[in-house]
Amino acid sequence: MKTAVIVFPGSNRDRDMFHALELITGTRPLSVWHTETTLPDVDLVIVPGGFSYGDYLRSGAIAARSPILKDMIARANAGVSILGVCNGFQILTEAGLLPGALMRNAGLNFVCKEVLLETVNNTTRFSNAFAKGQVWRCPVAHHDGNYFADADTLKAIEDNGQVVFRYANGTNPNGSIHDIAGIINEKGNVLGMMPHPENLVEPLQGGTDGRALFESLISALETA
Amino acid sequence: MKARVTVTLKNGVLDPQGKAIEGALGGLGFGGIGSVRQGKVFDIELTGSNKDAVRDDLAQMCEKLLANTVIENYAIEIVE
Repeated sequence: MKTAVIVFPGSNRDRDMFHALELITGTRPLSVWHTETTLPDVDLVIVPGGFSYGDYLRSGAIAARSPILKDMIARANAGVSILGVCNGFQILTEAGLLPGALMRNAGLNFVCKEVLLETVNNTTRFSNAFAKGQVWRCPVAHHDGNYFADADTLKAIEDNGQVVFRYANGTNPNGSIHDIAGIINEKGNVLGMMPHPENLVEPLQGGTDGRALFESLISALETA
Repeated sequence: MKARVTVTLKNGVLDPQGKAIEGALGGLGFGGIGSVRQGKVFDIELTGSNKDAVRDDLAQMCEKLLANTVIENYAIEIVE
């Protein structure tokens, strides 16, 4: 599986993502600077976590208008898999690739801890290696992770099975509506999530619960 | 030409920062506060002289960057 990670000024989980992807796929991802205009020919594009542009204006807002985004949106429309984690999720919503918005945490605090996630939909290319309803551990680290969508949008994404991951067992750290931690687009090729699966992929990190997300992609994309 | 763009949260969107400010004002002894909502103000200097054209440009700027219309409303005012 060929992968690329887009790097913005202020990205800081890009290296974590490189490490996880190389560990799990066996191939080092390509690094793409945000001012480039064409993405390499890859199976998966990742928008990593961090604080692109210092979260100026709104988290992800400036990065979502970067030169590389034009090609990323074209690839998304062509069906290429795109994963946005944390700031990456914020960028994907700001770019209009995913519905809703990520707002300041309801408790106003930056949260850096481990939460429990439930895999609500295990039929996506990002979640097929989980069991339906599986509860797994995953770290979060964010200030603006409070997912919001208006009532019509919320109903649509719930009805379409676009909510893929929910905070489980009362661990919602940010006030997200319906405990939403990760959603997918209608077409099923763009997923955004606030928690960091790339930070729980080997025993040294305290567990390997996050591996299933990357293994899902390998099985979906390498047999496609 | 100078313009002021005001971006505010839509009704029904939770504003934890506004709530915290509301609580702090109460803590300072200010009574009679119903609620506080926090927003943003952009003062923009423009070189154009046609008010209608400038207003159209500003609306585009709001739609494309200054506001996230999923959660925010915007208002445009030509100041001078």
